[in-house]
This record gives sequence, C-alpha cells and structure tokens, in this order.
Amino acid sequence: MEFIQSIKPVLAVLIPLAVIPVLVSSGGRPNVREAWTFIAGILSFALVVSMVPAVLDGNRIGLTLFPIAPGADIALSVDALGMLFALVASSLYIITAMYSIGYMRGLNEHSQTRFVAFFALAISATIGAAFSANLITLYLFYEILSLATYPLVTHHQDETSKVSGRRYLTFILGTSIGLVLPAMIWCYHATGTLEFSAAGIFTGQLSTPSATVLLLMFVFGFAKAGIMPVHTWLPAAMVAPTPVSALLHAVAVVKVGVFSIIRVLTGIFGVELLSSLGLGGLVAFIASVTILTSSAIALSQDEFKRRLAYSTIGQLSYIVLGAALLSPKGMTGGILHITMHAFGKITLFFCAGAIYVATGKKYLSQMVGIGYRMPVTMTAFLIGAMSIIGLPPTGGFISKWYLVLGTLEGDQAVMLFVLLTSSLLNAAYFMPIFYKAFFCTPAEAMFERKFDEAPVMCVVPLVITALISFIFFFVPQPFLKLSTLAVTGFTGG
Amino acid sequence: MIHYPAIVVIAPLVGALTAGILSFVEERYAYPAALIATGISCAAAVRDLIYVAGHGPIAYHMGGWAPPMGIEYRIDTLNAMVLVLITAIAFLNLAASRPNIKQEMPDRRPSFYAMYLLFVVGLTGVASTGDLFNLYVLIEITSLSSYTMIALGDRDRGPISALNYVFVGVIGASFYLLGVGYIYIKTGTLNMAEFATMIPTLQDSTTILTAFILCLVGVFIKMALFPLHVWLPNAYSYAPVGFARIVAPLMTKVMVYVMVRLMITVFGLDYIFIKLHIADTLVWLGTIAILAGGVMALAQTNLKKMLAYIIVCEIGYMVGGAWLGNNLGLTGAVLHILNDGLMTFALFLAVGNMVYKLDRVQIKDLKGLFAKMPWTMTGFVLAAFSIVGVPPTCGFFSKWYLILGAFKAGAWHFAAALIMSSLICAVLFFKVFEVCFFESPDTHVGHGSDTHGRHTTVAIQEAPAISLAVLGIAGISLIVVGMYSKTIVVRLIWPLLRS
Repeated sequence: MEFIQSIKPVLAVLIPLAVIPVLVSSGGRPNVREAWTFIAGILSFALVVSMVPAVLDGNRIGLTLFPIAPGADIALSVDALGMLFALVASSLYIITAMYSIGYMRGLNEHSQTRFVAFFALAISATIGAAFSANLITLYLFYEILSLATYPLVTHHQDETSKVSGRRYLTFILGTSIGLVLPAMIWCYHATGTLEFSAAGIFTGQLSTPSATVLLLMFVFGFAKAGIMPVHTWLPAAMVAPTPVSALLHAVAVVKVGVFSIIRVLTGIFGVELLSSLGLGGLVAFIASVTILTSSAIALSQDEFKRRLAYSTIGQLSYIVLGAALLSPKGMTGGILHITMHAFGKITLFFCAGAIYVATGKKYLSQMVGIGYRMPVTMTAFLIGAMSIIGLPPTGGFISKWYLVLGTLEGDQAVMLFVLLTSSLLNAAYFMPIFYKAFFCTPAEAMFERKFDEAPVMCVVPLVITALISFIFFFVPQPFLKLSTLAVTGFTGG
Repeated sequence: MIHYPAIVVIAPLVGALTAGILSFVEERYAYPAALIATGISCAAAVRDLIYVAGHGPIAYHMGGWAPPMGIEYRIDTLNAMVLVLITAIAFLNLAASRPNIKQEMPDRRPSFYAMYLLFVVGLTGVASTGDLFNLYVLIEITSLSSYTMIALGDRDRGPISALNYVFVGVIGASFYLLGVGYIYIKTGTLNMAEFATMIPTLQDSTTILTAFILCLVGVFIKMALFPLHVWLPNAYSYAPVGFARIVAPLMTKVMVYVMVRLMITVFGLDYIFIKLHIADTLVWLGTIAILAGGVMALAQTNLKKMLAYIIVCEIGYMVGGAWLGNNLGLTGAVLHILNDGLMTFALFLAVGNMVYKLDRVQIKDLKGLFAKMPWTMTGFVLAAFSIVGVPPTCGFFSKWYLILGAFKAGAWHFAAALIMSSLICAVLFFKVFEVCFFESPDTHVGHGSDTHGRHTTVAIQEAPAISLAVLGIAGISLIVVGMYSKTIVVRLIWPLLRS
C-alpha cells in the first residue's frame, strides 16, 4: 500500500463548486444551466471513477491543502470507504440532476437556479466529506453541507418550510457545534492529532468513562445519521422538493452522518480500543433501538415521504449497527449497505415524487389502484422496496446477508433478532403500498385504468436506479470489494 | 534607518490637516487626499510587517530622540499585524463608504474626512507606540475624534449617544492616566521596554499593583468589557455608516491589543500570572461578557444594535482567552483581534449597504432582502458564518485556539460559554436570515410576468458597485485568513509569546 500524491480528489470536490458561478450566470437559460450541471456531474464522477483502480489495489490517493494547526491539516485522502461513498454520491448526483429537470419543470417550481446552485454546493461538500483525511476536514465539509442544504429544505419559502428549516438547523447545527466540536477539540487536546488511523489516535489517554462520553458525543453529535432521539429533523425535512429528499435525505446528507460515525469508530477510536472497552455493544444497542422504533413508527405514516423518512432512519442505523458489531462481516455489511440502501431508497423517493408530479397526491391512502395508471413507477417501487427489505434478487439482500453473518460471527443473537424483526417490519410497511396499487377491487381504485405516467425525465431516472438495485444482486462489484478492502484496513488484517 | 513606522502614523496626520484646509479651499479634493493618505499608511504598514517578520522588531526613535527622553515606536509582529488590519480597513472603508457619506452628510464631508483621518492617526499610534504616556495621548486622539463623528450621525440620538460615550470614555481614560502616573512616580520612566526591565524588582510593590489595576480598568472601559459596555451599543448604532464601519471593527480590538501589550510586554507574563491571582476572575468576567452579550443581542430588534451586542460578546472571547494563562489561549485572543476585526468589518459593510438602500435596519424591515440585495446578503451570510465559527472562515480558527486553551487551563466554564455563544450567534443570524428569506417585501416592485411559479420576482436593488467590491474583498479575506491561520499563528504570534 502506498500514498499517491494527486490533485484528482481535489478536482472532484472543486468541479461542482466551480460550476456554481456558471450556473448562476446562465440562470435565464434553463437548458444551458442544466447542461452545465450535467457536465460538472459527469466530470466529477469520471474523476472519482478514474481513481477506483488505484484504490482497489490498496493505495491511498490524496493531497494536503492547507495546514491550519500543528497536526491538523485540511487534507484529502481517498481510501476504500471514502471511494465507495463518493462513487455512490457522484453517480446518483447525475441521475438526480436528470430527475430534478422532470420534477422541477413538471411542477413549474420557482427559483430553480438557486436550487441547482445549492445542489451543486451540497454535492461538492459530500464528496469532500467522503475524501476527508482527518476529522477536522470532515467537520469542515459536514458543516458546509448542513448550511448548503438549508435553502434546499426550505425551498418553498412558506410557513411550513420555515418551521421545518428551524427544526433542521436546530438538530443538525446544534449538535455539530454543541457536541462534535467540543468532542473534536477534546481529541486534539488529548492527542495532538486528528488524523484517521486504523489503530486509533488514543494511546491510553482515555479512561473508560471518558471514552464512553466522547463516543456518545460523536454518535449523537453527527445528527445527520438520524440516531434517535436526534432524528426528528429528517421527517421535518421532507417538506423539501422531492429531488432534495431523494439525493440528500436518502443518500448524501444522511450518509455523511453515518459515514462520519464510521470514521470516528474506525479511525479515531479504532476497532481494537472499542472492543477492548466493550463500547461497540453500546453503539449497537443505541442503533438497535432506533431500528425497531423507527420501523414501527413508519408503519403508521400515511404521507408517502414521511414513511420513507422513517424507513431511512431505521436503515441508517443498520449501517451504524454493522460498524458497531466490530466483526469483519458485520462491518462489511454495514458499509455495503451505504450503497445498497442509497440506490434502493432513492428509487422509492423518485417514485413518490413521480406520483406527486403526475397526480398531485402525497398520501398513501390516496394511492389505491395507482399501479394501473403508473405501472412503470410502481414496478420500480417494488424493486426498491425489496432492496430495502433485503429480498433477493436485489442488492439489499447482499448487504443484509453480510450483516446477519456479522451478528453470527460475533455471537450476537439479540442483534440477529433485531435485524430479522426489522426486515419483517420493513416488509409490513412497504408491501401494502404495492399491494394496494395493483390488487384492489375496481370499486376501491381511485384512478382510471389508463396509462398516464409522470414526465419522461422523472421516469427514466427511477427506472435506472431500480435496474441498478436489481443488477447489484448479481454484480455487487466494485462496492463489495471496496467494503471488504475498507474493513481489512480497519481491522489491520 | 527605516522610517516606515513613522509614515504609518504621519501619513494620515498630514492627510487630516490637508483635508481640513481643503474644506475651506476646494472641497472635492478632500476625498482623494484622504484616500491617498490612508493608502500610503497601509503600504507602509505592510512594509513594516514584511520587515518585522523577516528581521525582528523595529525600535524607532521619533525625531531621533533616544528614550527615555524621546518617544519610542516599537514594532514587532503583533502590532505590525494590527497596523495592517487598521490601515487596510481604514483605506477600504474610505472607498466603500463614499456613497454613504455623500448620502448622510452632504454638507460636512471634508470635515468628516479630517476627523476620520485623525481617528486613524490615533489608532495607528496606539498600536505603534512604545511609550505609556504617549499611548494615553493617542487613545484620547482616537476617542475625541470618535465623539465628534458619532455626534454627526443620527440627528436625534447621535449627539446624546456621543455625550454618553464622552462621559464614560473620559472616565476610562482617567483611570488609565492615573495608572500611568503611579508608574511614573514609582519608576521614573514611561518607556515600556525600560519599565519591563524594572518589573522583576518591583513585584511586591503595591504601587505597581495599583497602577496595573488602574490601567486595566481604564482599558476595560474603553474596550467595553461587560458590565462596562453600556456606552457602546448606542454609540455604534447611531454613528454615521462611514464611521460605524471603522469604529466597530477596530476601536475595541485595538484596546484589546493594548491589554495584550500591557500583559506580555509591559508587566510581563510572570508578574500577571504568577505574582497576581486575578486570572481566574478575569476569565470569569470574559465568560460572563460572552453570555451577557449574546443574551442581550437576542433581545434586539434593530440589526445594528444586535451587531453591537455581538461585539460585547466577542470582547469576552478575547479577554477570557488572554487570561487563560497559557499560550493557546493567548494565541486565540491575538488571532481573534485580527479575525474579529475582519468579520465585524464585513458585517458592518453589509449593514451599511442595507442602510444605504433601506434607511432603517429594524430586523422586520429586511423582508425579501435575499432577492433584493443578493450580493450584500452573500457577504453578510459569509461574515455571519464566520462569527458563528463555521470552517473554513477565520472565526472558526480563533475559536479553535480559544477552546483548546480553555481545555488546557481546565476552564470548562469558558469553553462552554464559547460553544454556547456559537449557538446563540447561529440563532441570532438565522433569525435575520429567516426574515430576509421567507417574508416577501410589502411593496412588490416585481417586474415582468410571473414566470417562476408562485413567487413574484423582485427587482434587484443593490448598493453601489464600489461598496459591493469592498464587501467582496472583505468576504474573501475571511476565508483566506482562515486558510492561512497556521502561517499567521506560527510566523506572527508565536515568536512573540516565546520571547
């Protein structure tokens, strides 16, 4: 393994950022503006892809940008975990950009230029977070992402979005400043470094109680991961236009949260320290509570996007749980679930948005019989839902398979029970939607049996993501390879 | 012998005289004269900084008179940095505020420029001098010119705020002068460097103790440390924009500089931290100032007042940090002089632009401002994030050192107050952003057809280009200074603390 000095990761972060002035200045010509979004998205994605072979060979790619304090630099470094996340985020950005065109124009939304500009900023920050070499760089991009998302969440600029925006900021910014910042300074004060390393940065400076407090500050401080009770911003953020919910609140923002938690678990504390202190079990317990509670809440949600939001909260905790199992298989499953959940859940959000554009309906109780009107959308929905539940033949099966193996490997029967119960609950809150869409009596149907889909720009993306979720079952590469590689790095094996 | 230390101060002095005379001769030349004077001063300050960073401190004897008879100007990296900050802001503000000055006092412009330059003379002098009595004189030059300019502001409340400021300011100056008197009686010298060599033998002297406390209280009044802050909010919010933009970022910060100078150069860290046991109390004072400033800012309905209370809060950062008793805290405090100067400057630039267009800046008047003044608001948002402490803006990095220092000193209350104030500032600014973002203006000045969905487009009504350009420079400098904070700390601040 070697460290390759390269400007590529920097460019991957900078390109979506650099295109923002162009987007703003071409605000009057939507087609030109959208073209630039695609150019930036594709370039950034291509740069990320071009680094895949080197990362698969076990190398790291990076660059130190600015020294800001002794032992703490703004630096980028691409490893397997970061690569996996960046691949997911940058590829889905392109698909979401396409979907946004269909959605935003379909609804004749206002301020589209502002929307695409902040979207580009958000994706730049997400890739930056994925490539962060140390905690302070991660914190920097984490904060930029929080702030860049605010105008997207509150896009409608009405009273509801104002209230949701407040809740969003209170939880996201309140926890990152109130918990993560002091926790980070505590780490730096104790060790003089914030660099991620598999062995952890602590060499006996922490007693068990202070390690526990520090760990909890991080786990709840990264509120984007939606660990209960700091999850309530996510259902509130569903007030945003659907492309935002799809990319940011199923992929970028929330995954930055779990990604940060994984980084802290594996790079700041280190697997060895956590197992010797027995703290993995604590995080796993917190995650399990979140998984079961949120799945139960999801059952009762009638608003489509809110049900998806509670489902997301549960699935995010799968990832945290996987990492907290501290067993190789479990961690692989958790990391792989970042990808699998991303593609599955974005499909579901795309479906929710497509239905809203086509029919104006937001509530599940108003969607009885929709399958005949929008068969393509609802079939994609089925695939996405299966992936989230973890049924073959979809990608979600693979990540959940590894998670289950992880619990067996660590002899954690309780966690196994949690995973299986939750899968049942997932099925219980998704399958009725599909069932009611297709298998209802003509009397119950709320739509005519006439094919009338959403705009093509809405439908194509959701077909693509559904197909990819399906393909992942057969070809989970390079993501599976990256996950195992990441875990090998963390466990030093 | 290099004369740059003198040029920094003398250029605005000559400029002030020229502008004053020109007000009787040819008014329109007063502005260029002022601009040139601050420009020369700024260039000389930059030259100083480069020299000092490379060659070590400069001891400049005014008029060739050697101390203790003559006045010595002593420039090291600390005050070279402060001087660049002062002169750069003085120069940039002059460029940015020309439209505001025209708008606010069309009939008294040359005299305003003369007073403005005198104010700059005072500030640069305070930051340069190595003489305790000379310091007093220059503080008074600064204060007297402020009183007049504040009185030029708001027709109703400007003069009364200025009067209030005069009373408090004079008391502060008297305290300081009294302290200097004690020092002179005891030691027979007013030169800082010479006094510093005597302090080891005078550690047990109650006269010196009294002198120190008197000087410190004087400086605290001048820097508006809570609860000695009451003069500040009115003075800064009713001053004319052109002056508020320079006094708000610089006056209090320069007084913090004086405090740091008294601590590290004059009385020495050994004396103040080992001999005296007041550090804990002062850290507590800083903590209280932070919280009180934040809470009072929350209660304001006027944007300028809100920012004024944020200054009170920020003073708590610097006082608390400097008295933590370790290098990290002191580093944070000194770095914050620079950072807070820049971010307050950017904030007041943005607010000045709003005043230019809206006249009143009650927070409820700011409806729809993101649409109306997008560039001003961009600058405002950036500066606000710096105050909150969002990386990579510079506000984050000084806070970083301050919290580290608090951890090292075990001053948990101070660390908690810093975190708390970040949260309070986030609430403060998002309260403003919400008004600007969610509420559409009462008078629709939209043009064209409603093509963007449900919302009407609002015509952009921006401040003059020059004001925006300066705001842009200030905004970018927030990020650049943030990115280079390690360089600043290692090259400029640490050499000072080691010696």
